[in-house]
Amino acid sequence: MLTRIEVGQKNPATDSPARKVLSSIQENFHLPVARVAVIAAYTLEMELSDSESRSIAEELLTDPITESVSIHKPLAGTSPSNSDFDFVVEVGFKPGVTDNVGRSSREGIADLLGRKLTDEDQVFTSRQFLLWSGQSQALTRADAEILATKLFANPLIETYVIRSREEWKKSPGIPAQSGRVTFKHQPESRSIDLPDDDAGLTKLSDEKILALTIAEMRAIKAYYADPALTARRAAAGLPAAPTDVELEVIAQTWSEHCKHKIFAADVDYTDEKGERHAIHSLFKTYIRAATEKVKPVAPWLKSVFTDNAGIIAFSDGWDIAMKAETHNSPSALDPYGGAMTGIVGVNRDILGCGMGCKPIFNTDVFCFASPFYSKPIPEKLHHPRRILKEVHRGVRDGGNESGIPTVNGSIVFDDRFLGKPLVFCGTGGLIPSEVGGKPSWQKSIEPGDRIVMAGGRIGKDGIHGATFSSAALTEASPTSAVQIGDPITQKKLGDFLLEARDLGLYRFVTDNGAGGLSSSLGEMAKESGGAQAGHDGQGIEGNHSGPGAESSHGGGCKLHLEKAPLKYAGLDPWEILVSEAQERMSFAVPTEHLSAFMELAARRGVEASDLGEFTNDGLFQAYFQGKVVCSLDMDFLHEGNPKLHLQARWTPPRHAEPPPSFWTGRDLKAEALELLGALNICSKESWVRQYDHEVQGMSVIKPFVGEKADGPSDAAVIRPLYDRKEGLVVSHGIVPRYSDIDAYHMTACALDEAVRNAVAVGARPGYIAGLDNFCWPDPVESESTPDGQYKMAQLVRSNQALYDYCVAYGLPLISGKDSMKNDYGRGKDRISVPPTLLFTAIAKIDDVEKTITMDAKSAGDTVYVLGATHDEMGASEYFLARGLMGNSVPKVDAKSALALYHRLADAIEAGLVRSAHDCSDGGLFIALAEVCMAGRLGAKVDLSALPVAVDGDSGRSVSASLPTGVKLFSESQSRFVLTVQPQHIPAFEKILSGSACARIGQIQSSPTLEIRDGAAAVFSAGLDEMFTCWRKPLDW
Amino acid sequence: MQKPTVAVITGYGINSDAELAHSFKLAGADPLRVHINDLIAGKPSLSGFDIIAVPGGFSFGDHIASGRVFANKLKHSLADALRDAAQQGVPMIGICNGFQVLVKLGLLPGGLRKSADKADLFRQDATLTFNDSGRFEDRWCHLAGDLESHCIWTRGIARIYLPIRHGEGKFIPRDAESLEALRRNGQICLRYCTATGDNLGEGESAYPANPNGSVDHIAGVCSPDGLIFGLMPHPEAHMLATNHPQWQKLGLRGEGEGIRIFRNAVEYVGSRKLAKAG
Repeated sequence: MLTRIEVGQKNPATDSPARKVLSSIQENFHLPVARVAVIAAYTLEMELSDSESRSIAEELLTDPITESVSIHKPLAGTSPSNSDFDFVVEVGFKPGVTDNVGRSSREGIADLLGRKLTDEDQVFTSRQFLLWSGQSQALTRADAEILATKLFANPLIETYVIRSREEWKKSPGIPAQSGRVTFKHQPESRSIDLPDDDAGLTKLSDEKILALTIAEMRAIKAYYADPALTARRAAAGLPAAPTDVELEVIAQTWSEHCKHKIFAADVDYTDEKGERHAIHSLFKTYIRAATEKVKPVAPWLKSVFTDNAGIIAFSDGWDIAMKAETHNSPSALDPYGGAMTGIVGVNRDILGCGMGCKPIFNTDVFCFASPFYSKPIPEKLHHPRRILKEVHRGVRDGGNESGIPTVNGSIVFDDRFLGKPLVFCGTGGLIPSEVGGKPSWQKSIEPGDRIVMAGGRIGKDGIHGATFSSAALTEASPTSAVQIGDPITQKKLGDFLLEARDLGLYRFVTDNGAGGLSSSLGEMAKESGGAQAGHDGQGIEGNHSGPGAESSHGGGCKLHLEKAPLKYAGLDPWEILVSEAQERMSFAVPTEHLSAFMELAARRGVEASDLGEFTNDGLFQAYFQGKVVCSLDMDFLHEGNPKLHLQARWTPPRHAEPPPSFWTGRDLKAEALELLGALNICSKESWVRQYDHEVQGMSVIKPFVGEKADGPSDAAVIRPLYDRKEGLVVSHGIVPRYSDIDAYHMTACALDEAVRNAVAVGARPGYIAGLDNFCWPDPVESESTPDGQYKMAQLVRSNQALYDYCVAYGLPLISGKDSMKNDYGRGKDRISVPPTLLFTAIAKIDDVEKTITMDAKSAGDTVYVLGATHDEMGASEYFLARGLMGNSVPKVDAKSALALYHRLADAIEAGLVRSAHDCSDGGLFIALAEVCMAGRLGAKVDLSALPVAVDGDSGRSVSASLPTGVKLFSESQSRFVLTVQPQHIPAFEKILSGSACARIGQIQSSPTLEIRDGAAAVFSAGLDEMFTCWRKPLDW
Repeated sequence: MQKPTVAVITGYGINSDAELAHSFKLAGADPLRVHINDLIAGKPSLSGFDIIAVPGGFSFGDHIASGRVFANKLKHSLADALRDAAQQGVPMIGICNGFQVLVKLGLLPGGLRKSADKADLFRQDATLTFNDSGRFEDRWCHLAGDLESHCIWTRGIARIYLPIRHGEGKFIPRDAESLEALRRNGQICLRYCTATGDNLGEGESAYPANPNGSVDHIAGVCSPDGLIFGLMPHPEAHMLATNHPQWQKLGLRGEGEGIRIFRNAVEYVGSRKLAKAG
């Protein structure tokens, strides 16, 4: 039976969620709505007595102080505050979409009734929006339709109904409706004949969203053509042709997302001089090679490129893991669910890293088109404003509800991210160095160990996520590729996992992410019997280590798919295997611990299922209802995909330079104030403040610092162990716009930004580790990507820079990921993201009490600039604001930067520096402005002493004449603005001798920033005026 | 003397338990993080603890309403143990989500109701609902304690600086009368105030000092007997001086201000044990 219960606010004054909806309608849609009310509806599908329904409604679902409730009849129309509306829009989930509130309600009902509910007993939730027209203009049905599809519901995952006032009068209320999934489908596995010709093979790959190339399809064809295999299959009761299960498993395992084929490819690279270079795997040649080279000076490396995340030593007995991921395609289609899945997904990478780490911090970096974008939005894409709001809400809810602080991040704007928003999510974890007397980063599987899956159930959600993310978005992108996160189910799973780890109940753990069980078990099966002992090379779905790693000998698993718990009946075996339904981890549990493992899971409210066993026969086998449906050679599955061969040709672009008279007669003050309001520079406070950034109590430097805690800090510092002073610094660098000139320097600058941000708070090169996350447009030349050779050359150059600067800085890479198909559409309408590298840095420091923040602290302190300023305006924020690009992209001088960083670290450690802030987007002016605003103090500054170089003999800084605008806005790298107390000046300058470093002014109590360049007054404005410009664009 | 034992309840999305346990440790107690399902199973029994703490978090994801589903679980699965503890005068604290739980359970602000009917022992009499801003926020707030209040947790605390991290922290009493009763009984032991400790004015200008629009700027309340205390701000998030947002500028080191609240309860339990022993 169905019981519909509706709950709403008694008093509109306490209904702030409805007010928020209203302001969004008025500000973003400009529709004539005067008032909104929101009603929550619960549809209970279970047998209930009247008194039980009443108890549930009144005691569980309603707040007796602020809400009213009605059972079996509409709440709307029962009181003046919810009557006489013009339209009502009700939004509910499509059947099968994760309904988190429904699930919690169900648990509450079971507690309240004191009885166990069956799988048939369900709760479905929906939301009703009552809309009242404005006085002067009536809301139309078309308006209501716009709001339903653009604001209230995402038609991809939700359904909606609209009722006008008249319709409601005729028949009030929305009838109770079950959201149950009912497939009439009888699950089965079928064999699929492989066509003989290329056209047929391509068609098969396209139709089944396998995202396999023709070479890969041919390799599969060849594998199945082997008569010995056919005989073996016949003996096992399998057809000669592949089963649907096998084909799907191969497609997931070979997907770009899991296999990182582009990073593993053979590349024929032609540089700007026309010289050709053969590169065998970008990953091996640059990324892994850099870390190998640095390894001798980084003895604190524990595990790199082999697991879900990289691990470094942290403190005596404790290690730190970190991983960053992207979730771009799902976030484009369902920004809320996609982004939430991004953050809780990378949390699972950490939970599944080594023997299981406790997630202790999150980071997030978003790249979007302008929220003020006013051109038409292509089919299937959402307006960037909606993307921003919903992605932010998804990451916020995912992180906050999981109890993991979001400590560091940024939002980058460029209209090309309309094609695909980039959603980077990172997580760090803490793990004891030893678990059960063994190094915690090592794990193994013994043949005979049970395959146990724990956490959420499997549904059709997220099917083909891995293959779909390996293709461009089009109008026809599949809707099933979206998942919705459920942070609470995962929080329970994570708590359970750490408890089970400490009890020694499992031998191996990994997460179920892209590719689902097919990917996690496929990778785990390789470990069975020590097949991959030594762990050299291949990652677990996570790292872009790519194929070509040591081949596996033996290993294997035998899986019984009908034992996997499903959200609803009717899934085919291949769907069970590749579903990316969230919140699941896979374990290898020794048989002797199985009952203890299961019992603990039950006590923690976590569902766990024994799905089969690991073997050592070299086969990945799956059964369904007793019948074998998949039997693949592990060797073929993991090593059988043909290598890609790619062409890359670097032709440096030439952009127009500004005219020679450019700097004469400019209103630098007005331009400086305007720059404070540039999207990449302005305050993001109202967004960042919605992240819980200090749960777990480790926070030492927060995202906001300064007198009123609204200055943007350079890096986060946390204290993972409450009773020790050691700290972890977390920072990042990202600057995609420089790719328009040269992705080599884009990469160098991103890396340097991450490092200098870490150094600004007190980190020292030598104990800094890096993570590289590439998000590239498709770099494979084809009909739809005619400029593939150029994009591939950008990728090569980016990797070259990564190698050069990691080696120069002694900075090992510990983990990374690449997302290579960030495009929308085809042909001339294609929108490709700018080549983007997010560089994340984590650094260990010995004493958190020596760290410093970026805000000016007291009047009278001296203002210094560290690092040389050059005329490097190319692709700067200032140039872009004037529609210019230029060619003089900032370049990093690693040698002088490294020397400067060491000296600055010495000065900070000696307690000589009061504040330090890095110069990045917008240059010196923006850094100065932020230092003053954060400290609520003014400054008097003279740019004439700005250092441009260091005299090699004397070690003294040299100034030179540069246009004032260049001094203010050039984005030269490796620079800082510092404040130093007068009594520390001599000691400070002594330490900095040999690096570019000059006094340029003084902090003053008068709240005004005054800048001169020699005799010329350049800028003078009050902090209030600066705050207004800086806050305005994104303060909503 | 033995250190007071503290049950720090965990499970179902509670997430501030580790730092809360550490805060109690710093305050001189012997805390144990214990899963609610283990308490329900009686392993261990809740009755063995000197202090009960419900930490912050997102129990059941704040679904339906913050704290409601967890309160529902306590009410239907641990009612006897909670009744006994309240009757025996065991100090209890609910922080953020824990405060929401105790309010939705009805233990705050009224304490345990006097009733022979078990179903009537717990009845919600106030609420914590959506912030006026309509969103979750993490920000530090200046708080003024009521030195006249008999709340054992806030004893001697005139001023304290703590972060809030919530989306549903607006305290609303049932009606004007019950608000007056809370004032009269000294149950409003913690209020949001200005940076200099002054009263906040009414209306929107009080934001963000009053971060959620709470009636009478209420940040924390206690039961009539002063033993059960709930607050939206997080004292356990200021357990170390380096948690303070301006610790560098102010030169702070060592223990954080938040520990004072926990030490008050530890000392209360200690002196009560001494009194009993004597």
